[in-house]
Amino acid sequence: MSAAAPIISLKQVSKSFNKSGTAPAYIAVDRLDLQVGQGQLLALLGKTGCGKSTIFNMIAGLSEPSSGTVTVDGRNPFREFDAFRGKMAIVFQSDRLLPWRTAVQNVELGLEMLDMPATPRKEAAMHWLARLGLRGHENDYPHALSGGMRQRVSIARAFATDANILLCDEPFSALDEMTGRTLRAEFVRLVKENGKTAVFVTHSINEALEIGDRIVVLKRPATIAIDLPLTAATLPAEKQAIRNQIQDILAA
Amino acid sequence: MPQAGSPSGIAGWSAGGLRRGLSYVLPFAVVGGLWQIASLFFPPFLFPSLVDVFKRCVDILLTWSQFSDVLATVGRILAGLAGAFLVGAALAVIMARSRAVNDFLSPILTLFQGIPALSWVVFAIIWFHGIEPRIFFIMVMTTLPAFTFQVLGALQGMSRDLMEMVMSFRPTRAKLFRTMIIPAILPDILTAWKVNLGNASRVVVVAELVGATGGVGYELLQQQQVFDMAGALAWTLQLVFFVLIAQAVLTFVESVAFRYRAVSERSL
Repeated sequence: MSAAAPIISLKQVSKSFNKSGTAPAYIAVDRLDLQVGQGQLLALLGKTGCGKSTIFNMIAGLSEPSSGTVTVDGRNPFREFDAFRGKMAIVFQSDRLLPWRTAVQNVELGLEMLDMPATPRKEAAMHWLARLGLRGHENDYPHALSGGMRQRVSIARAFATDANILLCDEPFSALDEMTGRTLRAEFVRLVKENGKTAVFVTHSINEALEIGDRIVVLKRPATIAIDLPLTAATLPAEKQAIRNQIQDILAA
Repeated sequence: MPQAGSPSGIAGWSAGGLRRGLSYVLPFAVVGGLWQIASLFFPPFLFPSLVDVFKRCVDILLTWSQFSDVLATVGRILAGLAGAFLVGAALAVIMARSRAVNDFLSPILTLFQGIPALSWVVFAIIWFHGIEPRIFFIMVMTTLPAFTFQVLGALQGMSRDLMEMVMSFRPTRAKLFRTMIIPAILPDILTAWKVNLGNASRVVVVAELVGATGGVGYELLQQQQVFDMAGALAWTLQLVFFVLIAQAVLTFVESVAFRYRAVSERSL
C-alpha cells in the first residue's frame, strides 16, 4: 500500500499459541502480509482479541512468529534484539513509569541504555518534557502526576531516544476523551515533525481516523480485512463513509 | 490539621510529638517501675536494681576490654548476615531464572529452615576448628534460607509490565539490574535485613554461648556462672541497643530510598 520502501515487513506471518493437553493450538495471526513504509503512521484497528497485540509484540521483537518472517529495517527484531537499541521505542497502553524515578529520570531511561552522558541526557529529557507541556513537573514522582501527565511522560520517554520507529499499543485508551484527543493531536504532530514511522494499535475507529494516514482493519484471526489510505485531503464526508465501512466490517 | 509554621501549628505538632513520645516510653516505664519495685523485695541475683544495671551498662561501654566483646558480637552478626545475603541473593537469582534449580533447591532450603540453631552450633563445633569460622557458618546457615526465599519472592513479584517496558529499550544485563531489578526488589531486601537482624542477634548469642571465648554470648555465660543478674541484663541490653540502632539505620535508609512512594502508600 505504501509508495515508500517498507521499513516494517511481515510476510506470511502466523502465530499460534499451544493450549494445554490435546486441545488444538490457538491461531492468533494467520498468514499475514503487511508492509509499513518509512514515515508512515499506520493505525492497526481491530476488535479485542483479534491479534493486534500479538502483531505488535512480534514487530517489537518481544515474541517470535510461529512461521513467516518479520523484518524491521531489514533485520529480524526478535533474533537481533540488541541491534534495535535506540532504533525502536514503545508507548504502552498504561504509562509504565518506574515509580522510583522522577518524571525526568523516567524520560532519561532509554537514553541511559544508549550510554548517553548524564548532562546531555538530562537536557534531552527536560526538552521533551517541556515539549509535552510538563515544564515544572520534571522532579515529580509518578504518583504525584495525573493519568494524562503520566502518559505524556511515557510519550516523552519514547520520543527522547530519537528512535526512528514508534510502536504504540492503545496508549490513550485509559484517558478521558478530552485528554486523549489532546494527546493524540500532539502525538501526530510530533511523529510528523520528527519524520518517524509509527504503528498505532487501537480498537477505536475514531482514534484510527484521527491518527492514521493509513488504516488497516484486522479480522480474527489477525488477517487484513481492509487496508485504507488516508490523506490530509480526505474530506469529512469521505471519512464518514470510511467509518461506516469499518463499522460494517467489525460488526460482521 | 494544624498548620506548620503558625504558632498554633507548632503547638499542635509539639503536643502530637509529646503524645507519641509518651505512648512509646510509657510501656518501658511501667515494666521498669515494676522491676524496680520487685528489686526492693527480692535479692539482687533475682531482681537487681535498675541503677545497678545502668551502672554495669555504662561500665561495659566505657571499658575497652568489655566493649570490644560487644563489637566482636556486632561484627559477627554483620559478617554472618552479609555472607548469608550474598549467597542467598545469588541463589535466588539462579532460582528465579531456572525452574529446575528452584525445584531442586527449594526443598533443601526448607529443610535447612527446620534445623534448630543449636543443631547448627553442634555441627559447626564438629566440622570447624576456629571460633570465627564456626560462628560465621552458624550465622550463615541460620539466616540463608530466609534471605533466599525473601529475595526470590521479591524477584518473582516484580511487575511484568515494568520489566517488559525496560526490556523494550534493549538494556544490557548490567543495566537491567541497575535500572529495574535492584530498585524493584530493594524494599523487600531491606525488610529481609530487618527481620534477619533480629534472628541473627538471637542466634549469635547461642553460638557464642557454646563455642566462643569472647562476645556477648560468652559474657552472658560468665554472668550465669556467678549468678550476676545485673551483669546478665547489662550484656543483654548491649545487644538490644545494637538491634535498635541497626533498625533505626535501616528505617532511615528506607525513608530516603523510598521517598518516591505515595503518601497514602507510606502511611499504610
